[in-house]
Amino acid sequence: MSKVKNILLAGVGGQGILLASEVLSEVMLMAGLDVKKNEIHGMSQRGGSVVSHVRYGDKVYSSIIPEGEVDILFSFEMLETCRYLPLLRQNGQVIINNWKIAPPSVALGKQAYPENLTENIRQQFPNTKVVDGLDLALEAGNAKTVNTVLLGALSNVLDFDRELWLTALRKMIPERLLDINMKAFELGCQVK
Amino acid sequence: MKKILLSGNEAIARGAYEAGALVACAYPGTPSTEILENITQYKEIDASWAPNEKVALEVGIGACFGGARSLVAMKHVGVNVAADPLFTLSYTGVRGGLVLVTADDPELHSSQNEQDNRNFAKFAKVPMFEPADSQEALEYTKLGFEVSEQFDTPVFLRSTTRISHSKSAVSLGERRTDLPEPKLERNPAKLVMLPGNARKRHIDVEKRIIDMEDWSSSQPFNRIEKGAGEIGVITAGVSYQYVKEVLPDADVLKIGLVYPLPKKLIREFAAQYSQLYVVEELDPFIEEQIRAMGIEVTGKDKLSLCGELTPGRLKKGLFGEAVPSEDCSPELPQRPPNMCPGCSHRGVFMELNRAKAYVTGDIGCYTLGFMPPLSAMDTCVCMGASIGNATGICKVLSPEEQQKVVAVIGDSTFLHTGINGLMDMVYNKSAATVIILDNRITAMTGRQENPTSGFTLTELETYRVDLEQLCRAVGVEHIRVIDPYNIALTRKTIREEMARPEVSVIITTRPCMLVPRDNLERRTPLFVDQDKCTGCQACMRLGCPAINWDAVNKKSNIDKIICTGCKVCQQTCGFGAFLEYGEQS
Repeated sequence: MSKVKNILLAGVGGQGILLASEVLSEVMLMAGLDVKKNEIHGMSQRGGSVVSHVRYGDKVYSSIIPEGEVDILFSFEMLETCRYLPLLRQNGQVIINNWKIAPPSVALGKQAYPENLTENIRQQFPNTKVVDGLDLALEAGNAKTVNTVLLGALSNVLDFDRELWLTALRKMIPERLLDINMKAFELGCQVK
Repeated sequence: MKKILLSGNEAIARGAYEAGALVACAYPGTPSTEILENITQYKEIDASWAPNEKVALEVGIGACFGGARSLVAMKHVGVNVAADPLFTLSYTGVRGGLVLVTADDPELHSSQNEQDNRNFAKFAKVPMFEPADSQEALEYTKLGFEVSEQFDTPVFLRSTTRISHSKSAVSLGERRTDLPEPKLERNPAKLVMLPGNARKRHIDVEKRIIDMEDWSSSQPFNRIEKGAGEIGVITAGVSYQYVKEVLPDADVLKIGLVYPLPKKLIREFAAQYSQLYVVEELDPFIEEQIRAMGIEVTGKDKLSLCGELTPGRLKKGLFGEAVPSEDCSPELPQRPPNMCPGCSHRGVFMELNRAKAYVTGDIGCYTLGFMPPLSAMDTCVCMGASIGNATGICKVLSPEEQQKVVAVIGDSTFLHTGINGLMDMVYNKSAATVIILDNRITAMTGRQENPTSGFTLTELETYRVDLEQLCRAVGVEHIRVIDPYNIALTRKTIREEMARPEVSVIITTRPCMLVPRDNLERRTPLFVDQDKCTGCQACMRLGCPAINWDAVNKKSNIDKIICTGCKVCQQTCGFGAFLEYGEQS
């Protein structure tokens, strides 16, 4: 039996994390694997911290990733990456979107946004890849395709057929936004 | 058979469809809301939002008395509201099957308490199924209807946040089409609960529970999964998944019907182990009943009564192992939810803060008025409580202090159970001020229609309740209808009405910024003229996510990607620094 793999998506409400985890889960399902995904709705559109757990393998029980067993932390925002680092297993992999969104205390000037985050993350987890998601999304033609750019970058480190990703995107993304998202996905795939 | 990914809520909706249900009714509430939203895709089912959970259940009961299968859904605290019809429905029993979904929220992801509604099953003597994933959510919903008719009882289906909002693979079935046509059929001895009738029905209820207890010991939804044979675990619902994760070699009795418990099966199972665990979230609901059978178990002596379980928390409880969590980095700035940019509630709360009002709050997006820097909420108890709380606190205050009391309540919450409080406020001559924050949608749960929105769940246009007329009809003489984007007017109105020693109602009229049919056009975002900004931070009192403080230059600036151009900030600035693009600076 193949071991269950765990991907934790993290970021801020409004960044398209839930759609990204839908696409991801669909890829796993089409690959013939058992999949569970889990997230908390409700506050997600109000700028709060958002996480989504995706687990896949021959048989998945808990939809919550056991603490300390995250294989890949797939994060859409710098600070949120740090918040969930403790849940990563040793030698875990990190994919970060190079984007800072000020939480309320920072926007109000009560706290500072932490500095040197990338360096600190790399120190703990050498297998860290930073993606300039917003730049690439703008290159694709729409800032809102950041999540698709990041999925492209993630697809590079996962062993699934490229065609599965494209099929999942075609299934989950509205027709009129498909072209621009396909371009965004491509740009993400090219990130080394 | 091809499988698809469904959330627990989608699976429950599908289950109702496959069971042949004809009616579904609910009041929105996290984590239950998506059940009804998903049911709308099945045109065979009449799906609707009710103004509150009591009405939702009463509508479901009516359909069931008419001979149809009906599903009613609500969050855990909604069952408190629906408890009155529920307890007597237990006595009448059903004609068409009735399944009541209670979606509990262990960990209070989006709730005011984390009550364990399994207790309602025992209290109301209503059987309860508890699924452990989406496939079971679908199966148990269907089963619920069968069992409801077989035993002449309403049936609970209990979900929790992690079931409702988790997706897992599901195989679909076909819809039942062989059910009898609904039609009128009188049976007053069973359905008119006068004492003489109800006494007889109570005897049937008690017999029903005993019958079900015997029956359920041999049903496949209560199953034993053999492991290494050393330790035995009794569990149900989502906890089952954590047990399989943490104790893969344990023998497991997985209970599908958590009330009434299959006592015979439990005795047989328990007799085989010297070490027996009960793993469940929140209350020791199963544990206490097993202990009452004279069986020793390990349960809440190791696991918390508070919060949800996770694999790590279960491991920690059972073996004392330290487990990492995201709370390990307390130095990181927190990211709590905030009112959206352009939210029409923001200016109202800034002014309540400035007026030093004592604000009795309520349930909705505006509960976020509690968060700094708005910090203008002093109480929040349950749906509709703000108005009654204001009446009550005014009874014990001096006339000067009474003037500080303001109740705030949203449109949907006002119609849910706030209107009764307002009737009382007028009837018993209170003096508080009520603000109805009418954004014409049930916003917090994700923008559901309600009787003030003018549309139904299925997007049919319908009568829109006129809140002003409604308040007048219950006797409120002083009603002010204001645009909450006009800060000077908002300030003046709040202060005048607070000073008035009689009941008064202020109604704010801006629709939720996120509602697509919002009749406002999206306006151009503003920017801060850095030469005019003096760094006084008056605008920061709004706590708008679009306004950032530049700590280096000591000035404000605006994130134009999220600014909606509501111009409330412009009115807080004494230096004219907030400008529209294209405007002369």
